[in-house]
Amino acid sequence: MEDKEIKELEQAVEQIWDVARRFGLDPYPTNFEIVPATVMYEVGSYALPGRYSHWTFGKTYHRMKTMYDFGLSKIYEVVINTNPAYGFLLETNSPIQNKMVIAHVLGHVDFFKNNSYFSKTNRRMVESVSTHAQRIMEYEFKHGRKTVERFLDAVLAIEEHIDPYFFIKREVSVAEEKRRAEHQAKDGPYDDLWLLDRAAREAKSPKSDDEKPRERLPEKDLLYYMMKNSPSLTGWQRDVIAMVHEEMEYFVPQMQTKIMNEGWASIWHARIMRELDLNDNEHIEFANLHSGVVSPQKGQLNPYYLGYKIYEDIERRWNEPTQEEREKFGRAGDEGREKIFEVRELDNDVSFLRNYLTEELCEELDLFVFELVEEEEWTITEKRWEKVRDQLVSNMTNFGFPYLQVEDGDYNGNRELYMKHRFEGTELDMRYARKALEHVHTLWGRPVHLETVIDEESTVLHFNGDEHGED
Amino acid sequence: MSIQRNDWSLQRKGIIDQERHKDRVKEAIRKNLGSIVSNEAIILSDGKRTVKVPIKALDEYKFRFNYEKSKHVGQGDGKTRVGDVIARESRPGSGQGSGQAGQDVGADYYEAEVNIDELAALIFEDLQLPYLEEKAKKAVQSRKTQFNEIRRTGVIANLDKRRMILENIRRNAREGNPRFGDIKKEDLRFKTWEEVMRYESNAVVIAMIDVSGSMGEFKKYIARSFYFWMVRFLRTKYDNVEIVFISHHTEAKEVTEEQFFTQGESGGTVVSSAYQLALDIIKQRYRPSDWNIYPFHFSDGDNYYSDNEEAVRLADELIATCNLFGYGEIGEEGSSSYRRSSGALLSIFSDRLQHKDRFVGVRIDDKEDVYPALKQFFGRRGVETPA
Repeated sequence: MEDKEIKELEQAVEQIWDVARRFGLDPYPTNFEIVPATVMYEVGSYALPGRYSHWTFGKTYHRMKTMYDFGLSKIYEVVINTNPAYGFLLETNSPIQNKMVIAHVLGHVDFFKNNSYFSKTNRRMVESVSTHAQRIMEYEFKHGRKTVERFLDAVLAIEEHIDPYFFIKREVSVAEEKRRAEHQAKDGPYDDLWLLDRAAREAKSPKSDDEKPRERLPEKDLLYYMMKNSPSLTGWQRDVIAMVHEEMEYFVPQMQTKIMNEGWASIWHARIMRELDLNDNEHIEFANLHSGVVSPQKGQLNPYYLGYKIYEDIERRWNEPTQEEREKFGRAGDEGREKIFEVRELDNDVSFLRNYLTEELCEELDLFVFELVEEEEWTITEKRWEKVRDQLVSNMTNFGFPYLQVEDGDYNGNRELYMKHRFEGTELDMRYARKALEHVHTLWGRPVHLETVIDEESTVLHFNGDEHGED
Repeated sequence: MSIQRNDWSLQRKGIIDQERHKDRVKEAIRKNLGSIVSNEAIILSDGKRTVKVPIKALDEYKFRFNYEKSKHVGQGDGKTRVGDVIARESRPGSGQGSGQAGQDVGADYYEAEVNIDELAALIFEDLQLPYLEEKAKKAVQSRKTQFNEIRRTGVIANLDKRRMILENIRRNAREGNPRFGDIKKEDLRFKTWEEVMRYESNAVVIAMIDVSGSMGEFKKYIARSFYFWMVRFLRTKYDNVEIVFISHHTEAKEVTEEQFFTQGESGGTVVSSAYQLALDIIKQRYRPSDWNIYPFHFSDGDNYYSDNEEAVRLADELIATCNLFGYGEIGEEGSSSYRRSSGALLSIFSDRLQHKDRFVGVRIDDKEDVYPALKQFFGRRGVETPA
C-alpha cells in the first residue's frame, strides 16, 4: 500500500469516526494496523496478539492460513477489545473493504465498551497475555517444553468451565471481609473486653480463611477449583491455571454475545457506509461485500445475519408500535434508536434471543429445529416458533458447553473428585468425555468421577489414572 | 485514532507453533504406526510422495455434547417443512463393526499429510536386517562414476544439451527475445562426475503368495502391504534389491508384480510347488555366495495334507540357502481370537522344521497386525522389541 493510500485511509477513519459519533456510538479510540495475511491469521488464531505458545494455536493458524492460501476463506478484520482498541486490516483489502471494516470495527468497539457483560473486562489484556507468555516460556525453560505443553493440554481441556460471574465471587469475598472488619471495629462501652483475646483471634480467623478457603460447593468454575484445591499441583502449575483462567475471563463475554456483537457491528457498518460519499462503483462493491457478510447460509445460522435482523426488528417495533403494544406496554413510538442502544447495553445472546426473537422473525428467517433421525437423516423436526427459540436459547446456554460442576473434592473420604454434569436433555460425547476426564485426572492427580446421563440413565464415569470405569 | 503500517517480518509465532503442531502430528503417527502401516492410501499410493492418513488422538479433547444426539437450529430458504431431510449422514465404510467401534468413525479423525519417506524412516527406526552377511565383499567392490554436478566448463563430450538449451532460452528471454538460438559460451553446461567406491551388496526377495480359492481380497491386501514395506526396507539397506514374484495354488509359476497382486484366486494349495520353484530360481540366478536371499511366503495355511511333509522338507532346504525365511499365515479378517487347528501350516512348521533359528512365522488376523509382523521379521535379534 502506498503512502497516498494510507493518507486517504486516515481521512476515511476520521470521517467514519465522526459519522459513528453522530449516530450515537461511543467507541474507545481505535488504532488500525495494516498487516500482511500471515499476521492477520496469526492474530485471528490466537484471538489476541502475543499469547503464550501452544500447538493448538499452531493448528488453527495452519488451518486458517491454508484456507486463505487456497482462496477458500478470508478474514477481513480482526478487532481487539482493549482501550485503546485495535483493528487489523488486511493489506490486500481494497479501499472500500477497508472502509467497511473500519466501520464494522467501530461497531464492535462500541459494543465492547458499553455492553454490561464487558464491564469487568481487563482492557489492558494484550499486556497481560504477553506477561503470561513470558512466564510460560520461563516455565518451559525450567521444567521442559514437553512437560509444560502436556500440562497445558490438560488445562485447556476444561478452559471453558469457568464461572462467567467470577468477579462477583471475588468482590463478595472482599466486601464480606470489609463488612466483618467494620463490624469488629464498632465499639460499645465494654468492647475493650474483647480486645483481651484479639491477638488470639487475629492469629486464628483471617489466616484460617486465607489458607483454607471454605469450599463453596457445588462449584461451576472447574479451573478455579483445580487451582485452589487440587491435591497434586505444584506452584508453577497453579500459576498456569490462573493465567488461563484470567484469559478465559476475558474471552467469556465475547462468547456470550457473539450474535449481538456481530449483529451490532453489521447494522452500523451498513448505516455508516450509507452516509459516506461513495460513487456508483464503490456502492456496488460495498453492496456485494455487505450481502456477503449478512446473508443467510442454507442450513446453518449466520450470527451476523440473525443479530442484524433482530436489531432491525426491535428498532421497527419500537418506532412504530402496534395499537396493542401502545396500550399494553405503553410504547410511545419513535423510540427505536433508543431501544436498540439499551439492548446493546443490557443483554447477552441468551436474553437477546429470548426477549426479541419473535414469531414473525422466526417465520421470515425460516428457522427450524433439526436432528438426526435413525442415525442417518438430518431432518427438520420442529417449526413452532417458541420451540425453535427455546432450542436456540438452550444451545447458547453456557456458551454451548455442557454445564459441569464439582460436587465433592473428598469423595469416598479419599480426596477423589466427584463432578456432575447438569443434564438438560443432551448427552455428552462419550469418547471425548472419557479423554477429557483423563485430562482432569492430570490436574487432580487422584481418581476422578463424572456423573452424567446416558440413554436416560444416570451414569458415573470413573478414571483412576490407569483405567476407565462406568456404572 | 491512527492508521499504522509496521514491519511485521519478524513476527513468526504462528509459524513456530505450527511446528509444534507438526511435532504432535509426528508423535501421533508414531503412536499409530500399527494402523498407518497398512493404510490403503499408502499401500496403493503408486509413487505419490505424500498421502493423507487419518490419525486418532490428535484432537483437543473437551467436554462437549454429542452432536448426533443434539438438536440444532438452522435456517431455510422460506419453504421448509417439518419432515424435510436437509442432509444425510455419510458413514465411511460399512464394516464398522460393533457399536463401540461406531463411536470411533467419523469426523473425529485428524487427516494428516504424511510423507512416505518420513514415515518409512519412522518405521525402519526399529528394524534391522537379520543375518546380513558379507557376501564375497571384495569381489563385488566396484568403482562407480556418478554424474552428480553441473558446471560451466568441462569436456565437450559431457555437454548437457538439454540444460544448454534451457540456459540459452533463459538468457535470450532476459535480453527480451525469448527463443532458442545464437548459442554463446556462457550457455554451455557440462556434466561432471565423481568417482565413488561402492561395496555392492545384493539382496533378492522371493515373494511367494498363495492364490488358492481360500485367499480372499483381505488376505491378499495384507500380503501386499507387507511386501510394500519389506521391499522399501530392503532398498534402504542394499544397493540392489531384486524381487522375484511367485504365485501358486497347486502349481507355482513366476509372475509379474502386477499379476502377483491382482491375480484372481482359484484351486487348492500345494505349498511345496512354490518352494521348489524358489529353490530352482535360486540355483539358476542367485548364487547364495553372492546374494542375500529372503524368501517370504504368505498363505492361509490350508495346505493339502499329503503335501505337508514335502513342504517342510523343502522349507528346510530353503532355509539352509537363505538369510531368513519368513512365513505369514493370514487368518480371516478380525478373527484374532480364533485359533487354528493343528492342521495349519504355521503350527506344522514350528513343530517340524529343523533350522528354526532362521525361520520366522507370524500370524496376521488384522490390518493392525502388519506392523508387529514387520517388527518380528526384521526386529533386532536378541533385543526385546516392544510390541
